[in-house]
Amino acid sequence: MSYQLPKFRHPELPVNDLGYTRADYEGAISTLCAGCGHDSISGAIVRACHELSIEPHKIAKLSGIGCSSKAPTYFLGNSHGFNSVHGRMPSVVTGAALANRDLLYMGVSGDGDTASIGMGQFTHVARRNLNMVYIVMNNGCYGLTKGQDSATADRGSASKKGDPNIYSAIDLCGTALQMGATFVARSFSGDKEQLVPLIKAAISHRGFALIDIVSPCVTFNNNTKSTKSYEFVREHAEATGTIDFVPMHSEITTEYQPGHAHEVTMHDGSSIRLYKMDESLNPFDRRSAVNVLEEHRYSGNILTGLIYMNLDSRDLHEVLETSQRPLNSLDESDLCPGNKMLLNINASLR
Amino acid sequence: MKPTDTKNPEYFHKVVDCQYACPAHTPVPEYIRLIAAERYTDAYMVNWQSNVFPGILGRTCDRPCEPACRRVRVEEQPVAICRLKRVAADNKDDITDRLPEIPKTKNGKRVALIGAGPASLTVARGLAPLGYSIDIYDNQFAGGGMMRSQIPSFRLPIEVLDEEVNYILNMGVNATFDVQVESLKEILDKEYDAVFVGTGAPRGKGLNLPGLEDAMPNVYLGIDWLSSVAFEHTTSIGKRVLVLGGGNTAMDCCRTSRRMGGEDVRVVVRSPFEEMKASPWEKEDAASEGIPIYNNHVPKEFVVEDGKLKGMHFEKVEAHYDEEGKRTLVPTGEDLVFMEADDVLMAIGQENAFPWIERDLGIEFDKWEMPVVDEVTFQSTNEKVFFGGDSAFGPENIITAVAHGHQAAVSIDLFCRGEDVHNRPPPHVTLSSQKMGVHEWSYDNAVANDLRYAVPHAPLAKTLKNRKIEVELGFDVETGYKEAERCLNCDVQTVFDELRCIECDACVDICPTDCITFTTNGAEEDLRKRLEAPANNLAQDLYISADLPTMRVMVKDENVCLHCGLCAERCPTTAWDMQKFLYNVSKAGE
Repeated sequence: MSYQLPKFRHPELPVNDLGYTRADYEGAISTLCAGCGHDSISGAIVRACHELSIEPHKIAKLSGIGCSSKAPTYFLGNSHGFNSVHGRMPSVVTGAALANRDLLYMGVSGDGDTASIGMGQFTHVARRNLNMVYIVMNNGCYGLTKGQDSATADRGSASKKGDPNIYSAIDLCGTALQMGATFVARSFSGDKEQLVPLIKAAISHRGFALIDIVSPCVTFNNNTKSTKSYEFVREHAEATGTIDFVPMHSEITTEYQPGHAHEVTMHDGSSIRLYKMDESLNPFDRRSAVNVLEEHRYSGNILTGLIYMNLDSRDLHEVLETSQRPLNSLDESDLCPGNKMLLNINASLR
Repeated sequence: MKPTDTKNPEYFHKVVDCQYACPAHTPVPEYIRLIAAERYTDAYMVNWQSNVFPGILGRTCDRPCEPACRRVRVEEQPVAICRLKRVAADNKDDITDRLPEIPKTKNGKRVALIGAGPASLTVARGLAPLGYSIDIYDNQFAGGGMMRSQIPSFRLPIEVLDEEVNYILNMGVNATFDVQVESLKEILDKEYDAVFVGTGAPRGKGLNLPGLEDAMPNVYLGIDWLSSVAFEHTTSIGKRVLVLGGGNTAMDCCRTSRRMGGEDVRVVVRSPFEEMKASPWEKEDAASEGIPIYNNHVPKEFVVEDGKLKGMHFEKVEAHYDEEGKRTLVPTGEDLVFMEADDVLMAIGQENAFPWIERDLGIEFDKWEMPVVDEVTFQSTNEKVFFGGDSAFGPENIITAVAHGHQAAVSIDLFCRGEDVHNRPPPHVTLSSQKMGVHEWSYDNAVANDLRYAVPHAPLAKTLKNRKIEVELGFDVETGYKEAERCLNCDVQTVFDELRCIECDACVDICPTDCITFTTNGAEEDLRKRLEAPANNLAQDLYISADLPTMRVMVKDENVCLHCGLCAERCPTTAWDMQKFLYNVSKAGE
């Protein structure tokens, strides 16, 4: 088995604004099963970060436990990484984000790590609107422990073992909407054309951005009776629309028919352009998003694409009115402004 | 685009860039793997089957394979293919029991070979094992042709030459040396079933400049002078030597001069340095022996005083190029440059000459006095007479002569059996999976990052004293192994089976050089713009699958594929497989 990637890369790889190629955003060679959807998601993250010209040292990738949570080793090898406790990634991100608001926080989790052991953490980080990207590599099974059904496995879906799942499934997008998440999307590991712009939009969004990505487990859950197999998802995915991500300062060159596209400016000055397919969905209205999500679940189809985005999102830092400068850059004189300042404060309270 | 027809052997053949570029299509990666496995004799025999002179070519080949090596598309230097060939030759065991058996009972057909150079010897190697009676005629005292007369011993030791020439002469071939064939008619009158002309391009070109007549005693034609040195008729040269010309013969002349008493030896060439015909490594070797190359100097006249050559005048020029890239050398207008010289060697090219072929034998000659020869069959317009090597289409190199020899032998055999010479036998091709386990391959698929290893040289002080001391020492076994590991195994093909593919993108994600794309089909020009990475090398093919379930196709740009096998390792359904493609050109009688 190959344990390292060859050094050579395509000699004409495009460079981004920082002079980096895609290769500069890669990680170690994957040890996940051949064909694992997670590797494609890693590839999409690499591509999104490269195309957005994010400095690798300005990214922190954090994860819990599971196949998904191993994945950060396989991308962004020059970024910060923290492989935390099972289901506790949101707490660690919260701490890190409060200490240093200048980094881009990319949480990577799985369906077990998020919907089972980490469900409490997930719901709270969503309702606090922490400024982070939360990626769920969702394969509907516990791949690392031989493929038992997970909490996101659909009722009736059967993994390689063959027994249909008897419990109802947790819909992470629905849960996140319920909890007040400000950016909710679903995608499929096998569709980079959709996934890459969604990751870019999630990065640009200020606040909690969930992308629930169906990512087939080729070893335990890619059989004909599974609703998380490559074949099933390809046949049953229905996109809300397509989306283009337009980075800040870029000239808009593509033409579009008026009425079919909707352009949204993000907090960082970039914009996304939505080409709507599903007329019933208004992705800027939470009730519409909840309804459409429910309708698709009822019809047995998988709604993918951007499901909801709150244009007025205020993230945890804004709500808490924390210091604009990261806490980790405040020195003693900032934190202990002295006796005179204390007297002033006391005086103002009298 | 239409799905790629991988059943056509030429598709995968082209992917093996080195083998494809080799005129004799030597299976290069196959023998390099054998060297890495320390199976030197096997590696030698793979070579011997294809190119007949592995020890000689491992020192002297023009190496068209090396610029073609895929490695130059991902890093700076190709695999040292030529010098690895020498490693096989240097370390092999006795191979005589592996040579083809020569039947005691002959097949009754007689073939004459004129010239005993690489082309003729290759024809003999092809026909002798089939039972042909072969007569070779040559004007030198021993076989080898230009390999003996024009390649200096410091590049090719005489023992190496003798060994490989003798493998063939010992095949029961009847060789007559020291005889100048003065008439092809006389040969044809001996009622041979076929005659092969492999007499090379024996005539050196000269420059008729003012003063030549008086300077004549000190002016030599390069190739004649080299053979005179090789045959020990010439044992010294003046202290100051000018070598005119920029090809490999010029390099051999100047380096030989340094060993024959030349102290101030200079190469003077009309063209810019970069456009000289000499191989880059030969220019380097000359430079390392303290020989300066003066480029952009056009020779104008010989300067003779008191009946003795004093030197030459040169005019300085600049190269100008028109829109079509055509070059003209324009004088700079500076004063003529004078260079002192005791002797001048003219190595400005050589040409064919057939004064000994009567023009009424049914062999058609064109306006350049070259025989009209079929490029595939090597047959002339006299169906019994075949040409090959430099005598067929003008000066080339040893490996081209060998390739001609193989094909001429095929033709002669077909002809003598009364078959159509255009009915060429197809190549021998095998394609076999290298899969040994889930993630295991039977070839070393890890890509070595090592830079090209330099071949060690004998000390200059020693080699300049004796023209017979070989300059290059060859790789030792350890370095040979390391250099062999640089080979990317381009013959281990990435074979795609669309029926197994589940379009999981694993191959796309893992490919270190972004060769693979799944996209909707289109015209080639359009497809090349839509791939994961730029596909601007139009000389390299796109491998296209049939339609997949999502109505997309798999497109693989062959250009910088490292053949690392990662696509197949990461493929969950073995839609990708690594399969070794062996391609051998059919030889006579096969």
